[in-house]
Amino acid sequence: MQKTFVMAAMLAVASTAQAADNADLAAIRAQIDEMKKAYEQRIAALEQKLAQAEARGTSTPAQEVAEPSQPALAAANSFNPEVSLILQGQYKNMKDVPERSITGFFPAGIYDQGNGAITGISKRGFSVDHSELVLAANIDPYWRGQAIVAMVDGSAEVEEAWFQSLGLGGGVGLKGGRFRSGIGYLNEQHPHMWDFADAPLMYRAMFGDEGSYVQDGAQLKWLAPTDTFVEIGTEAGRGAAFPGTDRNRNGRGAAAAFVHVGDDVGIAHSWRAGVSYLTTKAKEREGNLEDIGGVQTLGRFTGDSATWLADFVWKWSPNGNPQYQNFKFQAEYFNRREKGDLLCSDMDSAHPTACGGGVNSLYRTRQSGWYAQGVYQFTPNWRGGLRYEQLDSGQRDFGANAANLMLTDYRPKKTSAMIDYSWSEFSRVRLQLAQDKSILGIVDNQLTLQYVMSLGAHGAHKF
Amino acid sequence: MKFCIGIVLAITALSAQADLKVFATVPEWGALAREIGGDKVKLYTATNAFQDPHRIEAKPSLLAQARQANLVVAAGADLEIGWLPLVLRDSGNPAIQLGQPGYFEAATYVNRLEVPTVVDRVHGDVHAAGNPHTHLDPRNVLKVAEKLAARMAQLDAANATVYQAGYAAFAAKWQVAIARWEKEAAPLKGIAVLVHHQSFIYLTNWLGMKEIGALEPKPGIEPSSGHLTSLLVRQQTMPARMVLRTAYQQDGPSQWMAGKAGIPAVLLPFTVGGTPEAKDLFGLFDDTIQRLLKAVR
Repeated sequence: MQKTFVMAAMLAVASTAQAADNADLAAIRAQIDEMKKAYEQRIAALEQKLAQAEARGTSTPAQEVAEPSQPALAAANSFNPEVSLILQGQYKNMKDVPERSITGFFPAGIYDQGNGAITGISKRGFSVDHSELVLAANIDPYWRGQAIVAMVDGSAEVEEAWFQSLGLGGGVGLKGGRFRSGIGYLNEQHPHMWDFADAPLMYRAMFGDEGSYVQDGAQLKWLAPTDTFVEIGTEAGRGAAFPGTDRNRNGRGAAAAFVHVGDDVGIAHSWRAGVSYLTTKAKEREGNLEDIGGVQTLGRFTGDSATWLADFVWKWSPNGNPQYQNFKFQAEYFNRREKGDLLCSDMDSAHPTACGGGVNSLYRTRQSGWYAQGVYQFTPNWRGGLRYEQLDSGQRDFGANAANLMLTDYRPKKTSAMIDYSWSEFSRVRLQLAQDKSILGIVDNQLTLQYVMSLGAHGAHKF
Repeated sequence: MKFCIGIVLAITALSAQADLKVFATVPEWGALAREIGGDKVKLYTATNAFQDPHRIEAKPSLLAQARQANLVVAAGADLEIGWLPLVLRDSGNPAIQLGQPGYFEAATYVNRLEVPTVVDRVHGDVHAAGNPHTHLDPRNVLKVAEKLAARMAQLDAANATVYQAGYAAFAAKWQVAIARWEKEAAPLKGIAVLVHHQSFIYLTNWLGMKEIGALEPKPGIEPSSGHLTSLLVRQQTMPARMVLRTAYQQDGPSQWMAGKAGIPAVLLPFTVGGTPEAKDLFGLFDDTIQRLLKAVR
C-alpha cells in the first residue's frame, strides 16, 4: 500500500519533471528514499506494537473484555430532570380530639368546626399523606433548580420551587423561590427524612401543623474557607406563613439569619450546632382561643413575632461507617417573643363569649420549648428511637383581655418511642408509640404505623 | 451583608494557594494523586478503608474541605451519589462542580464492567453506569493515572512538569509491578469465588478468577439466611474456593458461609489502608495477591 503510493508519486514526479536535470532527479530520489525509510520504520514500529498487544491479549484472562463503557445516550429525554416520588401513609390509633391545639399556644389558624373538619394531624385510622413529587436538575452551568409538588385528593400544592447558584464562588450560595428556611435543624428536612412519624411539638407550636417554616424569597449563604465547618446565612421573604401573615406590602415581610458550625471528632463522631433567628410581623392573625367559660372565641393578633432557635446534632458510627450501626442524637430549643395587640371577639353569634362584639387589648408573650431525641440503628435494617419534648406556655400578658380569656399556665409534654425497619435505602416501615400531653386534661396514648417509600432518582440527603 | 462580602473578598485574596488542594472521595484515588503529585499536593481523603463509600453522609467536615479544594477526585459511576452531589452544590466552590476541570471522575476513563441493560431497583441498588469499583484492575489505575496527571498539570500549570514526571516514574514502576503481579497470580486463574458484594469484579476479571455468586441477594441488600442457604446448596454442584469481602463489610455472612462450606473467608484490603500491609497502591495489590494465594494453598 505504502509502496504503491510511493511508486505513483515517483511516476507523477517523473512525468511532470521532464525538464528537470540529473541533479534535480538525484535530489528527488534521495528525498523519496528518505520518505520510504521513514514509512518503513513507522510500519515496523506499528507491527511491533500490534504483536505486543496480541501477546498481552493472550496472557490476560480468557474472559472477554466485558461491555465497554457505554457511550453517552444522545436521546432528547436525557435532559429530563431527576424525578422521584415519595409515598407516605399511616394507620393511627388515638383519642378523638377534633382540634389538636397545643394548650397555652396561639394556634396557626382557626379550626373549621364543621363536618369533616379533621385535618391530617388529627386523622384516625388509615390515611395517606400527600405524595411528594420531586423534580430536580441542573439548569445550566450556573444554576440548579428543584420543585416539590405535594399532591392530595383534589389539590396539588407547591411545597418548594427554587433555584440555587452553582457558580458564584467564594463559598457563596444563593437560593431563590419557595424553599424551606435554613433555620433550626429539622426545618429543612422533609417528612420522609424524619426519624419519627410526626413533627416535634416545638415545630408545631412554632410553625403550625406542617411543622416547618417555608419562605417565599431569597437566601444567601456563605461557607467559610476553614477546616471547621462555619456557615452563615441570611434570608428575606414574604413572611406569609405562621407566625406571620400576608400583609400586602412592598419590601420584606420576614427575615431570618443563621449560623451553623460543625466538625468531626476523631473518625467516629461528627456534629453540627446552630443558632437561628426569625423575625416577622402579623396582621390580624386569626386563631381559636377559649374564653373564661370555655367557649371558643376568635382571637386576632397584630404585631411583631421574633423567634430564637438553637440546634445540635451529633452522630456516631463505628469507624465512621454508618452502614451497620450508628447513633444520632439531636436536640433543639426555641424561644419566641410576640408583642402587639389582640382583638378578641365571638366566633359566631350563636355562641356568645366574654369578649362579646370585640375587646382590644395589648398582647405580649414569651414562650419556649425543646425536644431531644436519640435514634440507634443496631442492625442494617432496624432502628429504634426515643424522643422527649416539652413546651412552656411562659409569660403571657393579655392586658384587658386577661379577664375574658382562659389563661392556664401549662407545660405540654410528649414522649415517643419508635422502631423502624428498612428493606433498603428506599423503603421503610415504622411503628411509633407516644404519650401526648399537649392538651390540658388529656393524656393521649397514640399508636402510629407508618410507611415511607421513595421511587426514582437517588437523592442525596443532608447531614 | 456588606460585612460578609468584605470577609469573603479579604479571605479569597489572602488564600493565594501554594499547593494543589485535592479532595479525594476514596483512599485509592487519593493515594494515586499523592503518587503523581508528591508534596505538591495537599491531600484530603473523605473516606477511609473501613467506611462504605456508598453510605457516607454529607458531613459538615466534608463541606468545609470541598469549599477549599481545587480538584475533586471521585470514583464516579454513581458510587458517591448519596452524598457527593450535595457536598459539591453546598460548597459554594464553582471550580469543583460537574463539568469543570476541578471535577475528575475515575470511572470515565476505564472500561466499566457490569453495565446493566435494565435499570430497575427490583435488581437492588444497581448503578446505571456500571460497577464503580474500577481500581482493583491495576491496568485501570494506569489509565486513570495518565488522565489525572494531565488534569493536575492543567489546574496547576506552574508544577506541570512535576506532575508529568511523577506520572512517568509511577507508570514505569507500575508496569513492572503489573507484570510481577500477573506472574505471581498465575495459580489463581480459573478459581471460583463468592463475594460479599460486587466489590471485586475488576480484580477477578483481571486475574481470570470466576465470580460465581454474591452473599448479598441483590446489590445493597443485606445477606439473608435464605439466600445464604441457597448458595450453600449450590456449593455441591458449583463449588467456590473462597469468600471475599472488604475491610468495611461485616464478617458474619462470609464467616458463616466459610464455616458451612469448609472454604476460607478472605478479607482483602480493597483499598489503601484496608490492611496494615496495604500502605500504598503497590502494597494494596501485593497484599491482595498474597492473601488470595494463601487462600488457594
